[in-house]
Amino acid sequence: MSVNTITASTSSAAGRIAPALLSVFFGLFIVGFVGFSPMDVVHNAAHDARHANAFPCH
Amino acid sequence: MSLFRSLVFTSVLVGLIVGAVVTLAQFLGTTPLILAAEVYETGDETESHDAGTVADTAHGHDAAASTEAHDHHNADAWAPADGIERTAYTLAANILTAIGFALVLNGLMQISGRQSDWRSGLIWGLCGFVVVMLAPGFGLHPELPGTPAAPLFERQVWWVGTALSTTAGLALLFFQRKPWAAAAAIVLIALPHVIGAPLPPDGEQALAPETMSHRFVVIATLTSLLFWALLGSLSGHLRRRREA
Repeated sequence: MSVNTITASTSSAAGRIAPALLSVFFGLFIVGFVGFSPMDVVHNAAHDARHANAFPCH
Repeated sequence: MSLFRSLVFTSVLVGLIVGAVVTLAQFLGTTPLILAAEVYETGDETESHDAGTVADTAHGHDAAASTEAHDHHNADAWAPADGIERTAYTLAANILTAIGFALVLNGLMQISGRQSDWRSGLIWGLCGFVVVMLAPGFGLHPELPGTPAAPLFERQVWWVGTALSTTAGLALLFFQRKPWAAAAAIVLIALPHVIGAPLPPDGEQALAPETMSHRFVVIATLTSLLFWALLGSLSGHLRRRREA
């Protein structure tokens, strides 16, 4: 009984945290692409936003 | 997986709103200063944000040899044309950045397991402002085009390191109520600045006037404050509606 309860609570915590972690990494990937990509084309497209957001630029 | 979907949904909605508002703020505040600074930059160097003309490209070789403040974007690379096209790409970049940061913020709020409303969201947002603008900006202030700077990669490493270290410091402050945690938090927040941001090479001058650069730092910081205050409070508000 008590074993079941523990299993249930850990799996629900994991179910809550795994998608949240995925969201964090997905978000970091997008910010990294827009703000830190070394590609000239991406840099030029996002140029003004990069400067205004104080991402290291040029 | 439905939790992930709802995090994405909230973040996209928040990102669209915040990206649009911040683009308007930049259009009125920072962008005119960037354009004005580029006049100084292109007056001295050859590269411009217009698609490289024949004259530009032909001139490019001299520029490489001259004392450029920094050798950046390749004159041959595509760039949006000034005007509506450039503003449209800035809008897209702002929306994507806002969606990205909203995904991070909402994910972290979820992991914290606390209830949220617009006020708690605002606090999360202000922490984002400290982590992503104030702390890195203290060492590497927002720059106008034509400002001398250390090599890009070194600055990116310092920037990311500062953001991570400040995040760890704030997390210790908020989630551990022990004196050792507070002491460690102060050390983590101070450490990147003790190490010091990579400095520009000696003797190089910014191309734009000092007063313009100062105005840019102030306006960019205020715009970022608006970005994070909106991003946090909207996220918190939408999450509360979902939790209810």
